Amino acid sequence: MDQQQQQSAIQGAKVLMVGAGGIGCELLKTLALSGFHDIHIIDMDTIEVSNLNRQFLFRRSHVGQSKAKVARDAVLRFRPHINIRSYHANVKNPEFDVDFFKQFDVVLNGLDNLDARRHVNRLCLAADVPLVESGTTGFLGQVTVHVKGKTECYECQTKPTPKTYPVCTITSTPTKFVHCIVWAKELLFAKLFGDKNQDNDLNVRANKAASASKETEDVFERAEDEDIEQYSRKIYDHVFGYNIEAALSNEETWKNRRRPRPIYSKDVLPESLTQKNGSTQNCSAASDDDSATVSAMPLLGLKNPQELWGLTQNSLVFIEALKLFFAKRKKEIGHLTFDKDDQLAVEFVTAAANIRAESFGIPLHSLFEAKGIAGNIVHAVATTNAIVAGLIVIEAIKVLKKDADKYRMTYCLEHPSRKMLLMPVEPFEPNPSCYVCSKTPLVLEINTQKSKLRDLVDKIVKAKLGMNLPLIMHGASLLYEVGDDLDDIMVANYNANLEKSLSELPSPVINGSILTVEDLQQELSCKINVKHREEFDEEKEPEGMVLSGWTQSPATNGESASTSNNESAVDVTESSSGPEIASKKRKLSETQPENHKRETENVESEDDDDLVEIENPMTVSKKKRVA
Amino acid sequence: MDGEELTEQETALYDRQIRVWGANAQRRLTKSHILVSGIKGTVAEFCKNIVLAGVGSVTLMDDSLVNEEALNANFLIPPDENAYRGKTVAEICCDSLKDFNPMVLVSVEKGDLSARSTEFFEKFDVVVIGYGSLATKKAVNEKCRKLSKRVAFYTVDCRDSCGEIFVDLQDYKYTKKKLEEKVECELNFPSFQEAVSVPWKPIPRRTAKLYFAMRVIEVFEENEGRKHGECSLLDLPTVLEIKKKLCEANSVSESLVPDSLLERLISGTIEFPPACAIVGGILAQEVIKAVSGKGEPLKNFFYYDAQDGKGVMEDISNSFTS
Repeated sequence: MDQQQQQSAIQGAKVLMVGAGGIGCELLKTLALSGFHDIHIIDMDTIEVSNLNRQFLFRRSHVGQSKAKVARDAVLRFRPHINIRSYHANVKNPEFDVDFFKQFDVVLNGLDNLDARRHVNRLCLAADVPLVESGTTGFLGQVTVHVKGKTECYECQTKPTPKTYPVCTITSTPTKFVHCIVWAKELLFAKLFGDKNQDNDLNVRANKAASASKETEDVFERAEDEDIEQYSRKIYDHVFGYNIEAALSNEETWKNRRRPRPIYSKDVLPESLTQKNGSTQNCSAASDDDSATVSAMPLLGLKNPQELWGLTQNSLVFIEALKLFFAKRKKEIGHLTFDKDDQLAVEFVTAAANIRAESFGIPLHSLFEAKGIAGNIVHAVATTNAIVAGLIVIEAIKVLKKDADKYRMTYCLEHPSRKMLLMPVEPFEPNPSCYVCSKTPLVLEINTQKSKLRDLVDKIVKAKLGMNLPLIMHGASLLYEVGDDLDDIMVANYNANLEKSLSELPSPVINGSILTVEDLQQELSCKINVKHREEFDEEKEPEGMVLSGWTQSPATNGESASTSNNESAVDVTESSSGPEIASKKRKLSETQPENHKRETENVESEDDDDLVEIENPMTVSKKKRVA
Repeated sequence: MDGEELTEQETALYDRQIRVWGANAQRRLTKSHILVSGIKGTVAEFCKNIVLAGVGSVTLMDDSLVNEEALNANFLIPPDENAYRGKTVAEICCDSLKDFNPMVLVSVEKGDLSARSTEFFEKFDVVVIGYGSLATKKAVNEKCRKLSKRVAFYTVDCRDSCGEIFVDLQDYKYTKKKLEEKVECELNFPSFQEAVSVPWKPIPRRTAKLYFAMRVIEVFEENEGRKHGECSLLDLPTVLEIKKKLCEANSVSESLVPDSLLERLISGTIEFPPACAIVGGILAQEVIKAVSGKGEPLKNFFYYDAQDGKGVMEDISNSFTS
C-alpha cells in the first residue's frame, strides 16, 4: 500500500533543516505533524520583534534567543516524542562538513541569502544528499528539488547576484533614490561614525588637488569642544552645499545631465535650533546607555514613519540625529556600522538620502521606505511561508520514496497563470556546463598588471564563485589559502601575495595562465583560464573583470517583471542581497567570512533594478526534462 | 485598534507584512471580525495565519470534544490528556491562538451554527465554514446574503491530500494594480446554492475533477447523515451509485468523475498536514484580500491535489448555460 510505504519512508528518515526563520518555523511544524521524528535544524540567528508576524513558534519573551533552539522547544510541546537537534551556528562552519551532511536522507533549506544556499548546494552534491530548496517574498514563493546526477543542482541556472553600482554614480551622478541611500549609508554614515581607517570615496571630486583633500579631511573631524550644532551644520553645508558646488564646476559631467543644486542650512533652517527644543545636551530623558531608544523623530514631533517629509523636516532630522549621536552615543562613534534596527541610524540615513535626492531632483521617500531599502528588508507574510512549507514536505516525501518521476519544482504565484496559483513543473536535467556540478572550466578577463590577487579573491572567488574558504593554485604554486592550521610565515606570505598584481606574483599569472581554485569544505574545484585585457567599461563592467564560460540554461530568459502579463515563475532568493559600490577598498585584512558584512541594498520595484529574475516555465521545451 | 492610526506596537510587529500590503490594508485588518466554524488541521492553519496577520477578532465554533483523532494535523492542541479532557476543540484552540498574537481577540461561541439567526452573522465581516454539511453551507450562505452588510463567505474542506475552497463575496469592488495605475474592478459571485447546482454538461472539460467529486461526496454525506470524515472504503459502492445517478441526471459521461479520486476522498479521512498548510494558507490569503479590499480575489473555487501538485482556481457559475 502506498500509504504504508510513505509512512515507513517518513519514519525512517533523518532530515536536516537549514534555517529556522519564516519558512523554517512552518516547515518544522509541518514535518512534525507529518510524522517525521528525526530532525536536525541549523540557524545562526536570534529572534527579533519583526519576526513575530510570521515566525509563529516564537513569542515576544523569546526576543534575543536562538531561533533554532526556541523552534525546537515550541514544536516539542505538541509532538513531545520526536527527536529534534538544534544548532545555533552558521551552516558555513567547518563542523558542518561533508561527513555531517552524509548522515541525512534529505536536506531542506529555508534560507534567506544566496551565499548560504550555494554553500549548502555544494555540500549536498559532495555528500550526494538530495536538496529541497525554497524561497519566498511577499506573496511569491517557490520550491525546487535537486538530486545529484538526476536534476539540475541549485547553481545550474545562474542566480542574480547583488547589484553593484559604479562609484561615480554614487559619489557624483545619482539618478535614483537607491543611489542616495547607498551614498548616505556607505559613504556619509561610514565617514562620520565608522572606522576612520577605511578608505572613503565621499570627497571624490573632479579635480583632486592634493592640497584640497587635506583640508576636507579636517571638516569631518570634530574638535574636542566644538559646539555640536555648529559641527552638524558644518557637515550639512559641506556635503550638500560645498561638495555639490565643487562637482558643478566640472562642466563635462553635466553636459547631458540634470544639474544638482547646492543646499545650505541657512537657507532651509532657522538661525539656531537650540532655542527650539532645548539643548540636546540637557535632554533629561535618555542617558548615555539608552542608545537603543535615542531618536530624533519624537523631539521634532514626527510620529509617522510612513509620512513623507519635506526638505525642511529632513534637514531638521539630519541635524538632530547628528547631534544626538555626538551627545548621547559618543563612545560608539568610530565603530559604528549601519544597522537597520538602529533607529537613529535609520533616521540619519533617511534624512541624508532625502536631502541629496532633493538636490538631484530625485523623489523623496518616507523613513519606512528608506529603511526597507537601506536595511535590505524583505517583505514577508505568514501565508506564503506556510504554503511553501507544505510544498517542501511533499517534495521531501517524494525524495525519500525515490519517486523520481514525481519530483516537481513548484511555483507559488500571486495571480493565476492558466488558472494555476500553484504551478508544478518538472525539474531539468543537470546543466552539462555548470561549473559546480559538471566541472566546466571558466574564463576570466582581467588586467593582470593592474588587478591584485586580493581583487580576484574578493570579487571572483568569494563573491562570484561563492567559495567560503578558498585555496588558489597556479600550477604547483600555492598562491593563497585560508585555514586555522597555517603558520605565521605562510599567512604573511599570503597576505603579501594579496597586495601584488597578478603578473607580479611569485608564480606570475598572465595571459594564458590557468588557475585552480578550490574550497575543500565544499569539495568544489574550478579551473580558471586567465585572459589579459587592458580596458574595462566603468559603467557596464564596474568590477574591472569579467568571468564567463558556463552556458546559461535556455529556460532562463531573464524577462523583467513588468513584461509578463500573467505571473511566470519567480526565482526568489535574496533578502540580504542588493546593490553595493563596485570597488570597496579595505585597508584592514580580511575578517572571518561569517563576520564579513557585505553592505547591500534591497531594491524594490524600481524598474530595471528588480532583483528578482523571472523564469518562464513555458519556454521549457528546449531543455531536457528528467524522464 | 483605537483611532485611525496603527499603534507603534502594531507598526513594529506588522512591519514586514505592511511592506507587502500597506498600512491602510493593515488598518482594515485590525478592525475585521472573523467567524470560524469547524476546526481541523486546515482550519487550524487558517486561524494561525489570520491571527498572525492581526485581524480584529476571531470567533471559534466547534463543540466537538478533543480526542486523539482531533490531534491529527492540528498543532493547536497540546497532546496532554489531562489538559484537554472534557474541553471542546474550540476551547483548546482558542487558548493556543491567543498566544500567537495578544492583540487579536480570540473567543469561543458555543452551539449549532445552522441554528443561528440571520442577525447573528451581522457581527462578522467574514464567515468561514470548515468541513460543513451541504445543508449548513447552504443555509448560512443564504443568511449572509440576506444581510444588508456584505459578509464574505468561505467554505473549506480537506480530505486525503486534496482540498476545496469556495468563495462568495457577492458583488465585490476592489482595486487592482495595472502597470503603474490603480484600477477599480468589480466581480459578481454566485451564491453557494447556485455554485453547487450548476448543470455539469456545459462546464468545460478541463475543469478540476475535484469539483464534481466533492459534489458527489456532499450528496452522499447528506443522504447518509454523515459528518465530514465519517466514511470508509466500505461506502464506496454507495458513493459510486450516487455518482452514476448524478452523471445520468446531468447527461454526462461517468468518466467525468474518476472512481479512483472518489476512492481517495472517502478512504483518506484524516488530513494530510502539508495539504492543510497549503490550503489553509491560500484561504487566509483570500480572507486577507477580501478584508483589505486589495488585490484580485479568487473566484470562486480553489482546488489543490498533492498528487498532481496543482493549485487551481475554477470559476463555476450559471454563466456557462447562458
